[in-house]
Amino acid sequence: MAITTYLAASTRALAEEMERDPAVWALGEDLGRGGVFGQYKGLQQRFGAARIADTPISEACIMGAAVGAALAGTRPVVEMRFSDFALCATDELINQAAKARFMFGGQAKVPLVARQPVGMWRSSAAQHSQSLEAWYAHVPGLVVVAPGTPADNLGLLKSAIRADDPVVYLEHKDLWAAEGEVPDAEHLVPIGVADTAREGRDLTIVTWSGMRRRCLEAAGTLAAEGIEAEVIDLRTLWPWDRDRVLASVERTRRLLVVHEAVTVAGFGAEIAAFVAEHLHARLAAPVRRLGAPRIPVAYAPPLEDMARVSPEAIVAAARATTAPAAAIAS
Amino acid sequence: MNGPADGGPPPNLDRERLLHHLDTMWRIRAFEEAALRGLADGHVRGAIHPSIGQEAVATAVCLNLARADLLLSTHRGHGHTLAKGADAQAMMRELFGREGGTCGGKGGSMHIADFSVGMLGANGVVSANIPIAVGAAHAIRLRGGTEIVACLFGDGAINRGPFLEGLNWAKIFHLPVLFVCEDNGWSATTRTADLTAGEGAAARAQSLGIPAQILDGNDALALDEAARAAIDDVRAGEGPRLLHVRTYRITGHTAADAAPYRDAAEVEAWRGRDPIRRLADALAHAGVDAARLEEARTRAEAEMADVLANAAAAPWPAPEAAYADVQDIGDPAVRAF
Ligand SMILES: Cc1ncc(C[n+]2csc(CCOP(=O)(O)OP(=O)(O)O)c2C)c(N)n1
Repeated sequence: MAITTYLAASTRALAEEMERDPAVWALGEDLGRGGVFGQYKGLQQRFGAARIADTPISEACIMGAAVGAALAGTRPVVEMRFSDFALCATDELINQAAKARFMFGGQAKVPLVARQPVGMWRSSAAQHSQSLEAWYAHVPGLVVVAPGTPADNLGLLKSAIRADDPVVYLEHKDLWAAEGEVPDAEHLVPIGVADTAREGRDLTIVTWSGMRRRCLEAAGTLAAEGIEAEVIDLRTLWPWDRDRVLASVERTRRLLVVHEAVTVAGFGAEIAAFVAEHLHARLAAPVRRLGAPRIPVAYAPPLEDMARVSPEAIVAAARATTAPAAAIAS
Repeated sequence: MNGPADGGPPPNLDRERLLHHLDTMWRIRAFEEAALRGLADGHVRGAIHPSIGQEAVATAVCLNLARADLLLSTHRGHGHTLAKGADAQAMMRELFGREGGTCGGKGGSMHIADFSVGMLGANGVVSANIPIAVGAAHAIRLRGGTEIVACLFGDGAINRGPFLEGLNWAKIFHLPVLFVCEDNGWSATTRTADLTAGEGAAARAQSLGIPAQILDGNDALALDEAARAAIDDVRAGEGPRLLHVRTYRITGHTAADAAPYRDAAEVEAWRGRDPIRRLADALAHAGVDAARLEEARTRAEAEMADVLANAAAAPWPAPEAAYADVQDIGDPAVRAF
């Protein structure tokens, strides 16, 4: 084990997979200089400009070319720079990458990874801060991954590169510098398996990506008050680990879903609905969702904070869910 | 200009090669005419975009490709696909949505693909095949392969961003792509000239430093020469090329479009330039027997009549196939409760 950053873990993941499989290559803007956040640092020197390709600012063509390159037998890793810019490649991802295998009757697969740094950072405003994971989870054909720790960024990126499906890979910008223990040996995290970040008996908090840290912080505060929250980091949104969540809520009888994205039609709605469908009779309190209000992310810090889910808000939501008054009358 | 009108000496044509082109053009024409009958009978379920009148583009480009070369096509791609070597029976079954279709009935006319002959897909989204084509060429480069990629699109496609992004990409990475703009003058039901600034596909390619030529798309002989030369250049590693080919679709935009927005005289004028007839005349002039020329048509028509009948007899795909080939990871089935 060594302590490393979320960013360095991703560099290592790509390097290991490029070493292992000559069909793996990466394409995106400014990769030769390390990528906009430095997550590709050193890779072009090591693997050459053909396999770490600097592309024009042509998001549609970056994604579309990756589809063609995947159909023609390579395993491209696409860098979209900011998830907001991936919207310029929507046709290529949604209509082409996600559909080609099915439309063509299984004649080919599209093994590409679309890396899209997501989330709020510092004063990045409305076009550099979004979390749109629910859109992708809605699209048949796509896998959606959102790692929340350095070890998961290593193990999940490697699994995503090895997957034969198009994977939307959402790295959180606020986590690049986050440190954590990462195994020295080969480390693969299976796609679709959640991580129970903290065990607890009183309520289940389901979260992912940047909110994992915030939920763990909140769970610490709650523990001091005698409320033991179980924190489940989904890690993968499609497929999501329904069994893990059901088993936990079965025990705790209370569910709070926390995500950074706008609450309305966020992925928390899917989880809440699914749990309600399955465990309605077991629930001791209504399921609850906590996310951003339906406002664009603003620039000025006090305005930006209005869209931010804070540990305090998580604590308050957890208290409300566990308060006796929240109990469903039976 | 398929031969001297004054009855001078017959041109020195490669007859075998051109008869193959003629046979293929007739097969395309007969396939689409059969598909139109299939549509009228209710067997073809979705929209089809016939390429009747544009067959010479498909044959000139695709018959000059090797089997291992890759092809990206459009919503109007039956001709390209047949000329690349796809099985007509499987294609017709695909149009019918039947088992044994090229895509198992999942794609239909606008999503035909046959990877076994290097045909990586028609596309329902105008211009979307261009980035895919350059990416396929990029993959060939990474593998160190010698194949090339041909990418056909309509004149309407040059007004979408992926055209610029894809051509720029092919040029800066010096990729082996032959772009072919099949300019039939219409973007669905609107004249492309009214929607397009500047001189069109060739001029736009040239502005990026991609050598381009404007060609008569109904002159199979000249087109064959030009396509062969361009493909040779691309294969020789000289980078991308573009052919801007002027032609015309005799039918409406889709088979259901009677095209009332067009001048009857315009259509008649283009009927008079029918590419199949022009090639047949040239071959006749070069001494090919009339019976052989007639046989090209009758054989194609008989083949496609059989194809049509067989497709109609094919079973539907099993409903469970709707759950297959969605993705490896995750269960596509919505669980029933
Ligand atoms: C992005 C997109 N916009 C619109 C359409 C609808 N559409 C289908 S074909 C077509 C006309 C395309 O014209 P052109 O590219 O010249 O090809 P042609 O139909 O003439 O072969 C249109 C507008 C589409 N399929 N995709």
